[in-house]
Amino acid sequence: MTLAMDEAPGMPLNRAMLKSARRRERRILSGLALPALVLVACILLIPFAWLAWLSLFDAAGNLSAQNYARLLRPAYVGSFLTTFKVAGLVTALCVVFGYPVAYLLSQLSARAAQILLVFVILPFWTSVLVRTYAWLVLLQRNGVINDWLLSMGVIGEPLALVHNLTGTIIGMVHVMLPFLILPLYASMKAIDPVLLRAAANCGASPSQAFRQVFLPLSMPGLASGIALTFVLCLGFYLTPALLGGGRVAMWSTQIADAVSKFSNWGAASALSVALLVVTAVVLWGVRRLTDALSFSAGKP
Amino acid sequence: MRSGRVNLREVHKAYGSFRALDGVSLDIKAGEFLTLLGPSGSGKTTLLNVIAGFERPDLGSLLVDDVEFITRPPHKRDLGMVFQNYALFPHMDVFSNVAYPLKLRKVDKPSIRRRVMDALEIVHMQHLADRRITALSGGQRQRVALARAFVFEPRLLLMDEPLSALDKNLREHMQIELKRLHKQLGMTTIYVTHDQQEALTMSDRIAVLDKGRIVQLDVPATVYDRPNCKFVAGFMGETRFLPVERRDQSYVLDGRPLRLADTRAVSSTGETWLMVRPERLRWQGDASSDNRIEGRVLDVVYRGDCNQVSVSLPGGHEVAIRHSGAERQPLPQPGDTLALWLPAEASLVIGSAAP
Repeated sequence: MTLAMDEAPGMPLNRAMLKSARRRERRILSGLALPALVLVACILLIPFAWLAWLSLFDAAGNLSAQNYARLLRPAYVGSFLTTFKVAGLVTALCVVFGYPVAYLLSQLSARAAQILLVFVILPFWTSVLVRTYAWLVLLQRNGVINDWLLSMGVIGEPLALVHNLTGTIIGMVHVMLPFLILPLYASMKAIDPVLLRAAANCGASPSQAFRQVFLPLSMPGLASGIALTFVLCLGFYLTPALLGGGRVAMWSTQIADAVSKFSNWGAASALSVALLVVTAVVLWGVRRLTDALSFSAGKP
Repeated sequence: MRSGRVNLREVHKAYGSFRALDGVSLDIKAGEFLTLLGPSGSGKTTLLNVIAGFERPDLGSLLVDDVEFITRPPHKRDLGMVFQNYALFPHMDVFSNVAYPLKLRKVDKPSIRRRVMDALEIVHMQHLADRRITALSGGQRQRVALARAFVFEPRLLLMDEPLSALDKNLREHMQIELKRLHKQLGMTTIYVTHDQQEALTMSDRIAVLDKGRIVQLDVPATVYDRPNCKFVAGFMGETRFLPVERRDQSYVLDGRPLRLADTRAVSSTGETWLMVRPERLRWQGDASSDNRIEGRVLDVVYRGDCNQVSVSLPGGHEVAIRHSGAERQPLPQPGDTLALWLPAEASLVIGSAAP
């Protein structure tokens, strides 16, 4: 630019007017976010700050780190491990069941995909409570599944499918599947089908084209699906509480117990803060991983 | 005999009631640069996809070096292809993209390295071998796609409008480069485009397609100067048509018999037209040998290298001529009466269908 940046006399460049117009537009735009910001502050930030504040006091009301120190007790550490184990298992099963479904959806015609998507989303719209009780009916000792297996002669006596880890995982996989399938499906739809033709033209068989082109390109979508599922599993309460029958002590059930059984708000608060921190760390780690896997925003 | 011969026989492909290919037969010589030219929906891309193996025709035969290819899956055809939007793998860098066909053919590592770098050198991309695809410009992607298509020395190179995403200057530059590359590599090339200029510049022969059929197949000069029907004539250049009347063995325009150098047969039924293109019209002529076209100047449009003068003729017809400044004649003004001349050798009468 060789143009003089200073205003030439008699030739107004409207600097002040343009600047105030820009500022006005910014104000209007941020005004649109205001209701949401107020809502988030009222129902999320303020209660959470209060929770974090509560976690810093012991039962007698004295400032202490006692609530956090208690997190290292074996019972709590055990529940953390169970939480990670359950979250990991559920996420892994969701990948195993969800990836083929998402792949199928992405390869179908738009019409057929829409119809099949309804079957993915329909459970998503149904209350988790209803679905969890439904599983209870199906899985219990004299439930549909055990009856059926018995009558087929597959098993000699009823399997313990519920009120344990098995039941918790079956129920959670069902609840979590859409959270894995939907982001994965969206990212698979974004893969240009011409790339698979190009791979075939290069000499790749359909299975080579899938492994060497489609699979790597679906990784960012898979990573975000895994992150979403895993993080939701970490704090999931309803299904473990009902289908675990009190035998599966997870982070969330510990928080509930601390409040409802022991009325220990300090302990519950410390558990909640710790869960939030862990969740944030997991999300941050996955974000880093997804960035490393993504190709659209590649650096030269 | 060199390899890379293609023989298509009666290829038919319909989508519902739409006939994408309606009995296409075509013989392509080894080493030839053949262009499939036509408007969208003419079947040119479908035909290319049949050859590449992405579309299975309803009927017909496709021989490559005398081997039937019609049901062979695409990955077993050994044909290089450049796709319209390049279709480079975004998760691989430039080198890996070009190396991919060689890796699949289990070529050893040192040879892959040498052949990929050779291919990249041919397309002037060797200095960007480790770039990510997303960091390349359109022209650079084009070159990488090209290198990936010929690195495994296929018998046949297929190109599906490879230059359509580039801007005009780069496109014209790449046309010349592709043409040189074809001479250098010598592999049979089948090139799909809707751009007549591109087809004329690059091809050994042009097949003009319309409604799933090949309308004319010939060398560029013949397709341009001696189109065999109104469709081809209208598709090439800025062609205007003046209706002429058939009288015995000759044709009449505005009551005057036309002087024609080329008196080959025009289809005997239907209407006939005189083909008039701006660059073939003359400002001066000889009444004893040229055809005279008289009209009133409609408008004069400045185009940089010339002025385009539109002339309206009786009967609501219109022709155009270019005024470059080199002719011994001042630039006419709108409203002027003007007499233009079309030499007999540039005068061609055509029918609506090929004879």
